[in-house]
Amino acid sequence: MTYACYGVAAWLLLIGCVAMVRSRNLVHTVVSLSVAQAGTYVLLLGVGYQRGAVAPIEPAGPVVDPVVQAMTLTDIVVSATITALLLAVSVQIAKRHGTVVPDELHELRG
Amino acid sequence: MTLRVRTAVCLLGAAGVAVLLALAFFKMPSFGGDWHPYRDLVRPIGALHATPNLISSVNFDIRALDTLGEESIVAASVVGVLSLLQPSKEERKSIEPAERPVASAVKLAGYLMLPVTVLLGLDVVLHGHLTPGGGFQGGVVLVTGWHLLYISGSYPALARLRPIDWCEYAEAAGIGLYAVTGILGLGLGTEFLANFLPTGQAGALISAGIVPVLSILVGIAVAGGFLVLLAQFLEQSLIREGSDS
Amino acid sequence: MTTALLLTVLALVAFAGLAVVVTGDPARQAITLSLFSLTLTVLFLVLQAPDVALSELVVGAAVVPLLVMLTVRKVRGPKP
Repeated sequence: MTYACYGVAAWLLLIGCVAMVRSRNLVHTVVSLSVAQAGTYVLLLGVGYQRGAVAPIEPAGPVVDPVVQAMTLTDIVVSATITALLLAVSVQIAKRHGTVVPDELHELRG
Repeated sequence: MTLRVRTAVCLLGAAGVAVLLALAFFKMPSFGGDWHPYRDLVRPIGALHATPNLISSVNFDIRALDTLGEESIVAASVVGVLSLLQPSKEERKSIEPAERPVASAVKLAGYLMLPVTVLLGLDVVLHGHLTPGGGFQGGVVLVTGWHLLYISGSYPALARLRPIDWCEYAEAAGIGLYAVTGILGLGLGTEFLANFLPTGQAGALISAGIVPVLSILVGIAVAGGFLVLLAQFLEQSLIREGSDS
Repeated sequence: MTTALLLTVLALVAFAGLAVVVTGDPARQAITLSLFSLTLTVLFLVLQAPDVALSELVVGAAVVPLLVMLTVRKVRGPKP
């Protein structure tokens, strides 16, 4: 039980990264990035949790950690705009190269 | 590199990272324990500045500079999307919104929920220092509610009620006034983004110093930014290229 | 009781995350992403974080799937 929350966070992060590497479609890659980011949110909130404590609004008694919650909630909104930027890049790639399959993008090969 | 080689290398790396993470987790304080030093530092300041919502206090009072940085990330990515998704001259000629038939149940639901959602968004922004909420969440709720017009009606209805120029000005104004509020703190002799307004009584609407002010500014900036973002994507998806559905 | 609830929600989140990454078609991924965000919202509520749950619900279940669907429509190009 102690490590279930951290284990799920690590699981989400790792399957997000493996899916990004194995992906055959740029939009699929961006969505897998969202899953990996969700793993970090779960880890942050797991660190701040206390059994028997309540939410940090009108505190009377033990509360959970508000600092990690503040970090997570701004992170969620900001990462939505980053996802939009990545999707705009994939739209432009589709327009210029005609494909969104990463293996077919020869011009981007370093 | 073929897909199989790539997958093999990635799984090797993932196994290594998993081992490192497991080692780290065993050394962390146990899940659900009561050792939270940041919380113990933040709580007295929240009570001192009469802010019941400790998270808004952290976002707009104690770590307000950090929120300014995150706002600039939003602004930068909106600029990036604007420059990436500009329709070219040929595409600009062929933008035609599709008039597709919408079921009347969807229309009714949309028109009923639109004022409710917009009011809820405004409420979440204004009461950010009292109840769960704040500028970030309220701004996104407002944007989602506004786009009910697109879902339940047609794109021209949304385009008429969403002046893009004002949204861009609103986003810039939100971030700019946030920095100005910080500089006012400097001008009054304390530090940048200090809480210089009177804190009032905890639980009242006008209380907690600059927290509701900054929350409203962030709500305006986030709502403007997301409206511009979604407008770019909607316009791109409406461009007809040859024979499209 | 809380432990059982927390374990159940964590298991749901893990399964939903797996479902999102194994869905190959991005248009279908928008729907699974929406469901994954819903399970994340419930997890954040159980972890006593209503602010974060509100943020995740609006962003993950409404804005990001909309962006993904619009992108898929744009990159798929004209249908034959």
